[in-house]
Amino acid sequence: MANKIIEIRNLRKDYHVGEVTIHALRGIDLKIETGEYVAIMGASGSGKSTMLNILGCLDKPSDGDYWLDNVDVKTLDKDELARLRNQKLGFVFQAYNLLPRTTALENVELPLFYNSKIRSKERKERAINALEAVGLADRRDHMPNQLSGGQQQRVAIARSLVNDPVLILADEPTGNLDTRTSFEIMELFQDLNEKGRTIIYVTHESDIARFATRNVIFKDGKILRENMVTDRQFARDILKTLPVENIEEFDV
Amino acid sequence: MNLKNLFKIAVRALVRNKLRAILTMLGIIIGVGSVIAMLAIGQGSKKKIRDQMSSMGSNMLMVMPNFQRRGGVSLGFSVSQVLKYSDVVAIKNEATAVSEVSPEIRASGQVIFGNQNTQTTVYGVTEEYLGIRKLSMKSGRIFSNIELRSMAKVCILGQTVVTNLFGADTDPIGQSIRIKNLPFLVIGVLASKGESGFGQDQDDLILAPYTTVQSRLANIDYINSIYISAASEEKSPLAQSEVTEILRRSHKLKESAENDFRIMSQSELIQTVSSVSDVMTYLLGAIAGISLLVGGIGIMNIMFVSVTERTREIGLRMSIGGRGKDILRQFLVESMMISILGGALGIVFGFAVAKIAGSLMSSPTIVSTQSVVLAFAVCFMIGVFFGWYPAKKAAGLNPIDALRYE
Repeated sequence: MANKIIEIRNLRKDYHVGEVTIHALRGIDLKIETGEYVAIMGASGSGKSTMLNILGCLDKPSDGDYWLDNVDVKTLDKDELARLRNQKLGFVFQAYNLLPRTTALENVELPLFYNSKIRSKERKERAINALEAVGLADRRDHMPNQLSGGQQQRVAIARSLVNDPVLILADEPTGNLDTRTSFEIMELFQDLNEKGRTIIYVTHESDIARFATRNVIFKDGKILRENMVTDRQFARDILKTLPVENIEEFDV
Repeated sequence: MNLKNLFKIAVRALVRNKLRAILTMLGIIIGVGSVIAMLAIGQGSKKKIRDQMSSMGSNMLMVMPNFQRRGGVSLGFSVSQVLKYSDVVAIKNEATAVSEVSPEIRASGQVIFGNQNTQTTVYGVTEEYLGIRKLSMKSGRIFSNIELRSMAKVCILGQTVVTNLFGADTDPIGQSIRIKNLPFLVIGVLASKGESGFGQDQDDLILAPYTTVQSRLANIDYINSIYISAASEEKSPLAQSEVTEILRRSHKLKESAENDFRIMSQSELIQTVSSVSDVMTYLLGAIAGISLLVGGIGIMNIMFVSVTERTREIGLRMSIGGRGKDILRQFLVESMMISILGGALGIVFGFAVAKIAGSLMSSPTIVSTQSVVLAFAVCFMIGVFFGWYPAKKAAGLNPIDALRYE
């Protein structure tokens, strides 16, 4: 039996804007097991971003239960949540969120700075390993503005890997990338998933969602449906079929 | 997060914005530098004035007639004729804390030698005057007791008078000069003392026996003032009270009557001047302090801009495990680094300015340890004080909003 990474029961999230209460999430039940590769889909305002924030322990639910790797998140205070994020989670953002004028290596090292148990030598080693894992070992001393969008996202993925998290959360990781580069990132995610990483990502593109093993579709703060991906695609194969033209990666 | 990581993060953040960090630092550098330089200049000129006044004799007392009032009308000093040579004798005989006493009678007039002439003041004194005023002989001799008693027409010249009358080539000793048309024999020349702290030429004078000046030049039976040297600087107040008592007795003043004389002590004068120059120093320091404050506000301003500009960075740091207090500390350390590094450079800058100012004004400048320590402590506090609010703001950001900040 696979181990449960995430277990959510009847989770609700309300926002109070003035006197109006917005029900962003209205009773979510979700289980995600180790080694799964889940795409969360939904239109704008469906609650998928709120869900991701709560999954990422950046936000707390108004009601309901959330266990992350058998930790009851509800009982933790702000600082404990920060430690949980530092040790169990990795984040990948749509806009990469790399520190400017900071080398790739230093960007990847960043999460380890907030773990006082890790000495500087180990920190560097792990950062180099993470960069190798995303295929950018030769770009360790490059600044973000010397890297293409796809490369920047790879650095960001290396950063999310460096603390050896139980779960990687990605918020529209291909949103700023062109098609080919998107597939390359998906290929990287699939590789990582095959090596046992649990990954959850949010997307609104259905062709990107087909790389996952399971899709969870949100609508109006509820899970509309959940289905295993039957026609799962592998980015590796698609990339082979794409013509290797002079398609330079570019930023949107 | 441990301290080492904290510093590494702050250093990296500052290095990322080198120019901005340096410009912000500049405010502190100039602030601290000017505080140190101003205090050094103030302290230096205070010391210079003190030294000059001490060289006039720090244990010196001067007795002068007080304002005379008749029927409510002030008659000023000049008409006061209350001091007599008998007062000098009384002080010499009775006061225990006094080592030397001399009368002083002033007469100004034309002095002629050959075809040269000059206008100067002749001081009628006794030989003790030289000790009291810290004057010394360059050549020749002091007038003798016999010359004092016999109203001998002998004189000792100050350096300026020598230059004006004789030029460089002639030895004045043994020459005869005319003071107010009376022939005087030059028996000595005083060593030069230069300008006083108030810019007065201390070499433009002639000394002669008081008896001679009193009866032959000024034609008066009183004396202008009495110069006294206390046995030591510490005994100066005792000497002052003794002299007061002796003079009140010899002037036969009633219990209720005011003193008809005034005693000024050099040590009091030094204290007065010192406190004046202290006020000047503090004033200079305060003005410089304002620029330091402005520098501090500059830090706060830059830290605020920095917090806003780096909102997404803050959000990212929070999402990867930075706690509020980690963010707070990072920004606090950044602002403290700017202020402390700026302070250190400012101290160097202040030293340099003080040195240059010192050589330009040809007066010593003293960089006191206190001012350096003070400036450094103030810098530290500026870093904390002006860094705190922006840092607090950064730490209070919501990571979700911060990550989305455009």
